[in-house]
Amino acid sequence: MGIQQELENEAPSKLSVRNISKIFHSKHQIVRALDGVSLEINEGEFVCLVGPSGCGKSTLLNIIAGLDQADEGSVLSDGQRISGPGRDRMVMFQEHALFPWLDVLDNVMFGLRLKPNLKTNERREVAKYYLHLVGLDNFLHANIHELSGGMKQRVALARALAPNPKVLLMDEPFGALDALTREQLYRDIQRIWAQRKKTIVFVTHNVREAVCLGDRVVLFSPHPGRIRHEYPITLPRPRDINSVSLAEKSGEILQALKGYLNDGVVTAANSRTPFNTDGAAE
Amino acid sequence: MKTRIISAIAFFLLLLVAWEAASLLGWVNRILIPAPSDVLRYLYGAVLDGSLASAALVTVKRLLLGYLCGIVIGLPLGLVTARFKLFQDTIGLLALGLQTLPSVCWVPLAIIWFGQTESAMFFVVVMGTLWSVIIATETGVRTIPPIYARAARTMGSRGIHTWVHVMLPASLPFIVSGMKQGWAFAWRSLMAAEIYVTILTGFGLGHLLHYGRELNAMEQVIGVMFVIVVIGLLADKVLFSPWERFLHRRWGTQGSR
Ligand SMILES: Nc1ncnc2c1ncn2[C@@H]1O[C@H](COP(=O)(O)OP(=O)(O)O)[C@@H](O)[C@H]1O
Ligand SMILES: [Mg+2]
Repeated sequence: MGIQQELENEAPSKLSVRNISKIFHSKHQIVRALDGVSLEINEGEFVCLVGPSGCGKSTLLNIIAGLDQADEGSVLSDGQRISGPGRDRMVMFQEHALFPWLDVLDNVMFGLRLKPNLKTNERREVAKYYLHLVGLDNFLHANIHELSGGMKQRVALARALAPNPKVLLMDEPFGALDALTREQLYRDIQRIWAQRKKTIVFVTHNVREAVCLGDRVVLFSPHPGRIRHEYPITLPRPRDINSVSLAEKSGEILQALKGYLNDGVVTAANSRTPFNTDGAAE
Repeated sequence: MKTRIISAIAFFLLLLVAWEAASLLGWVNRILIPAPSDVLRYLYGAVLDGSLASAALVTVKRLLLGYLCGIVIGLPLGLVTARFKLFQDTIGLLALGLQTLPSVCWVPLAIIWFGQTESAMFFVVVMGTLWSVIIATETGVRTIPPIYARAARTMGSRGIHTWVHVMLPASLPFIVSGMKQGWAFAWRSLMAAEIYVTILTGFGLGHLLHYGRELNAMEQVIGVMFVIVVIGLLADKVLFSPWERFLHRRWGTQGSR
């Protein structure tokens, strides 16, 4: 297989999350991390999962990744049941999870080396392409500990993109970064998403971030983890996190979020949107 | 940096001069504490007649053989100990106990089991190395953030590939420090063994030390001690410095424990 062919975009996947439940048994209690969660994600859609911590966002992402098993329900990718991790779904974690014993280029090559039908120099070219895409041309042989937080996440993004997945799963990837670095990354991730055409599931507890990036914002509530509401975001792209229209939209979602955090029941007084308390399960 | 080198050199020079002067002036008993010049004369002679080189060769050969075997056995044992409960409760516990045993304590047992043989030497060195390598590898693997293996799994790494390309390198900082500790233990126990066990198949540095005492040749004792120190320092430079430099470069200061 040639390098041109390798760099061509894989068609993004359609994901169907069907009635997923997951229970954790810890020492003293039973945690219902997910309770009957269903979600349809279209090909190439950018979906943001939002909610306070502990509402099962990471659990759902890990189940879609195939790293964890659901107790009930199933996840389909293009109609195929997901039973384990696969190169078609790459994950980006909050802690960058880069390998300190490898330099930047070798980190990006890690997944590529496991991909058959590529020559070593082709793999290197592919890795360089993605490092260029995230703006790290000059850091191919830097050590991980020498990079700033934002650069580490760029490497992690390049590493996730390199095997040319159909789906990108991102778990609060910018959570530990400062505001300025994050803003730059919002611009870059939108550009890369437009260019590489992935289906992206993006977990965050930052509503503004979700509105800035997502085609759709899916609001979760904890104990048990359920989908409370979905908000389509139709603002034009590329979006600026500081724009007024974006602030308005996130204000609306934030209010709903605060509402059910306060008393679990959303009243008309603290929400301007009609609220679907049964969850969004169809 | 330069002033540090100078002060180090100055210190040792001063030490040697004071020592030599003390001998010359008769402040110390020259039989018990020979002058540096006596030691130097012995070393010169021993180098010329080849006795020092051949003894050093015998010792280093024993050490390397036993040490490498200790690592080859210890690394995989450490890995399975970290991975499987059964090994953790058996081998792991054994290693934990025996690691606290000063490795010199293996010498009497080795003599009873193997007699005055090369095998006794080998056994002592392996025992000195093995347990700390097992413990270090196990600790290393256990302290790896689980996210490394998860990340590798999403990229298609499984089974052996994950162990070789993720778990092993990830625990490298621990493994290197364990190997270093194993080396120190092996080196000490071999010297003890050579001093206590006279065997005819090879005449090591320990024996040279032993006979120096028997002959009351203190310049030989001190000369051999000096050589032992030099070999220890050289081993550190040759065997471990490259690894430590690699760790320092890749992990930053944090990893070079
Ligand atoms: N491995 C686990 N063992 C026990 N409980 C867990 C485990 N993973 C997650 N949980 C619990 O499940 C709930 C959801 O966790 P998580 O999916 O990480 O939430 P979020 O990512 O939205 O913050 C939390 O209450 C958490 O304590
Ligand atoms: Mg989480």
